[in-house]
Amino acid sequence: MDFALGKPVQHRRITSAKIVVAGGFGVGKTTFVGAMSEIAPLRTEALMTDASIGVDEVSATPGKMSTTVAMDFGRITLADDLVLYVFGTPGQHRFWFMWDDITHGAIAAVVLVDTRRLADCFSSIDYFEAREVPFLVAINQFEGTRQHAHDEVREALALPPDIAVITCDARSPESTRQVLIAASEHALNRLPKRPARVRRLG
Amino acid sequence: MSEAEPGHGGSRPALARPYSWTEGRTQPAVEIAVEAQVRATVDWIPHPRTSPLWTVIGLCAEPCSVAEIAAHMAVPLGVAKVLVADLLRDGLVSVAATLGEDASVDERRELIERVLSGLRAR
Repeated sequence: MDFALGKPVQHRRITSAKIVVAGGFGVGKTTFVGAMSEIAPLRTEALMTDASIGVDEVSATPGKMSTTVAMDFGRITLADDLVLYVFGTPGQHRFWFMWDDITHGAIAAVVLVDTRRLADCFSSIDYFEAREVPFLVAINQFEGTRQHAHDEVREALALPPDIAVITCDARSPESTRQVLIAASEHALNRLPKRPARVRRLG
Repeated sequence: MSEAEPGHGGSRPALARPYSWTEGRTQPAVEIAVEAQVRATVDWIPHPRTSPLWTVIGLCAEPCSVAEIAAHMAVPLGVAKVLVADLLRDGLVSVAATLGEDASVDERRELIERVLSGLRAR
């Protein structure tokens, strides 16, 4: 048996990783997590206490104290020994109680943005900044919406210069793949450099 | 695509019953990440056939994450964690390593590089 009961075992090969996609209701998180997934997006639920119940993305089941919040995720097998999970999490502040569970150990995060409702992503950005989760902002380019200059979005969101803003199509496997690559590269660049490889960015 | 109804047709788990499976416990005995790959190490477990633990064992004939177990069983993540932790305690499943909060920079770098390499190859 290769594990000690109840104790973390060191130096075992990690076989799964996760990237978190956050954003407001209807911004396309489920579409995004499904675009590259080899399975139809799956849904998990977590219990909410009455105190945190809000108005949307929440569905009451009969009886008290049984309200849930849903989270959708997809799976991408990257190698024989590595599976990547992409979790879509509801962005609202009142759902933070379940974010910790999802973001612990995440390699990177994506804040998905609808430029018609920029304010919906403020709390996601606050969260990732506060927890020091490396993230980038991906504008989901809906049909019929005006192309926004990335600088406009950056300014509206008061993003620091090292946070990338890119455009994507959440329906496209190739486009979402590029977003996941960019988010992972950003996470890698944020790690402390080895002394011999120090480079000054920007 | 509707954000509200992906996957399985909008059915809602009855939440009271899953928590009766865990005897009301909402915290697993050991912390297990939602992406952790769980694999059954046995094909028989000393529990009644009606036990939800059998469902977990069946799902984990091939490695399966805690999140997938929760989704397939239509139970909250917390319930899936408790069930997996119970099976782990009894040596009936193995749980693969995940990136912990205490991971070293090298461990983190290695994992991100493996993810990048996999994503770029697709």
